[in-house]
Amino acid sequence: MICQSCKERPASLHFTKAINGEKTELHLCEKCAQEKGEQYMFSEHPDFSIGNLLGGLFNLNTPFSSQPAQYPQQKVLKCDSCQTTFQQFVNRGKFGCAHCYEAFQDQLTPILKRLQNGNTVHTGKIPARIGGTLYLKREIAELRGRLQQAIADEEFELAADIRDQIRSLEKKVLSEGGES
Amino acid sequence: MSLEKFINQAVSSWMNNEGPQADIVLSSRVRLARNLEDYHFPSLLKADQAEEMIARISEGVQEKYLLELLKMEDLSSLQKRVLVEKHLISPYLADTSAYGAVLLSESEDISIMVNEEDHIRIQCLSPGLQLKETLKKANDLDDAIEAKVKYAFDEQRGYLTSCPTNVGTGLRASVMIHLPGLILTQQLNRIVPAISQLGFVVRGIYGEGSEALGNIFQISNQLTLGKSEADIVEDLISIVHQIIAHEQSAREALANTSSIRLEDKVFRSYGVLTNSRIIETKEAAQCLSDVRLGIDIGYIDNVSRSILNELMILTQPGFLQQYAGGPLRPEERDIRRAALIRERLQLEENC
Repeated sequence: MICQSCKERPASLHFTKAINGEKTELHLCEKCAQEKGEQYMFSEHPDFSIGNLLGGLFNLNTPFSSQPAQYPQQKVLKCDSCQTTFQQFVNRGKFGCAHCYEAFQDQLTPILKRLQNGNTVHTGKIPARIGGTLYLKREIAELRGRLQQAIADEEFELAADIRDQIRSLEKKVLSEGGES
Repeated sequence: MSLEKFINQAVSSWMNNEGPQADIVLSSRVRLARNLEDYHFPSLLKADQAEEMIARISEGVQEKYLLELLKMEDLSSLQKRVLVEKHLISPYLADTSAYGAVLLSESEDISIMVNEEDHIRIQCLSPGLQLKETLKKANDLDDAIEAKVKYAFDEQRGYLTSCPTNVGTGLRASVMIHLPGLILTQQLNRIVPAISQLGFVVRGIYGEGSEALGNIFQISNQLTLGKSEADIVEDLISIVHQIIAHEQSAREALANTSSIRLEDKVFRSYGVLTNSRIIETKEAAQCLSDVRLGIDIGYIDNVSRSILNELMILTQPGFLQQYAGGPLRPEERDIRRAALIRERLQLEENC
């Protein structure tokens, strides 16, 4: 099936909208869906709440999957802590507890990518109780990037310097014994 | 401090001071969503756990801040509606959440909602464009609460929230902005798509799905993951500066090219507000916006600028009924609204 909007790329996302019993179907490629999806999400149409749209998005699973269509899985994906199933999460658009993030981890990454414009990793504030080591880890990651750059630029003295900094930070992380 | 104070005054005292860029930006708001690790999210929370949680959160923050705790179950639906109209609580907390509560500061610049969609929603408000200062205030509150509780946090995903649209920073930064110039020159429709491409959203005055009453819009970040709080706020500030520049040039263009028409529009609206006997919310909001524009441009000089903010809230259905002391039918409301506006403007003229 070809995308209804650009009529070029294959349609990988399928929306169904029902207003007063009248069903409209929409088949879009990922690019067009992202643009259109935004329109829907912020339109003032009460029939088409964010919850509905999220439900639609979550149900898609992974559109890039090369596996052939499967029969419904026998095993129900469920959070051990609050007993919310993945299907319940999809329907409500809300998690039941913090542990759901772990339980649905594999399904979550593509969803987050879509909702958060491709971002899946937090880079902002960190609670004080785990702050120390995590800030160090971020600094190490940043230094590694600079190390690569220094090597590429053949600035070996600088590179050696950065390497030493990384080592000392790594030692610090180990001695502080972060949770993870 | 008591409930009456929050309910009876339309203008929160933080609104009395004018902030930077006050001619266009009415207010800045920062919201942080947080959850506690050891409790299910509010939709699955049991009554005793909810009670326990409200106590823990308010204890922690009340050590450092003077805040009044109001539980939703103790409020009438009219009282809740008034708090919603003042932007102190969300419609969701008022109508849907079980065991909801709110902690309010005396000047109403701080509101901490408990058991809304997330366990904790810290909200800070400031007049004008002051996002950085407001973020700092919210961060300080966040630290004070965290001293007593354990937040749900993941190294990869950040602060874990009930809905994945808030995960990461849990931050929603927004400004309330008055854009009559861009509406009159029909430029806003072109600007909105550009803003949404940058990961920001334009909405009406009462948030998601609400109408843009009186040419007042809310601009906020859509993305909460992958960008730091400082970057999100920084980006929003630069977008707002650009919109301000567009709005200013639209106002100048209007004043230069069709001055007499604009002046006519402003004074007609002023006439409607000072003379009408029945007026609907929408018409009142539109006229108030025109008058405020007239004040900003200098056509009207005997009315204070804060009139728009004040009367916009004061003439909402909840407030009118609170003043009347009971429920009103829509037509009764329109009559009361007209009377209230006339009274308020007369007061200004006599000053």
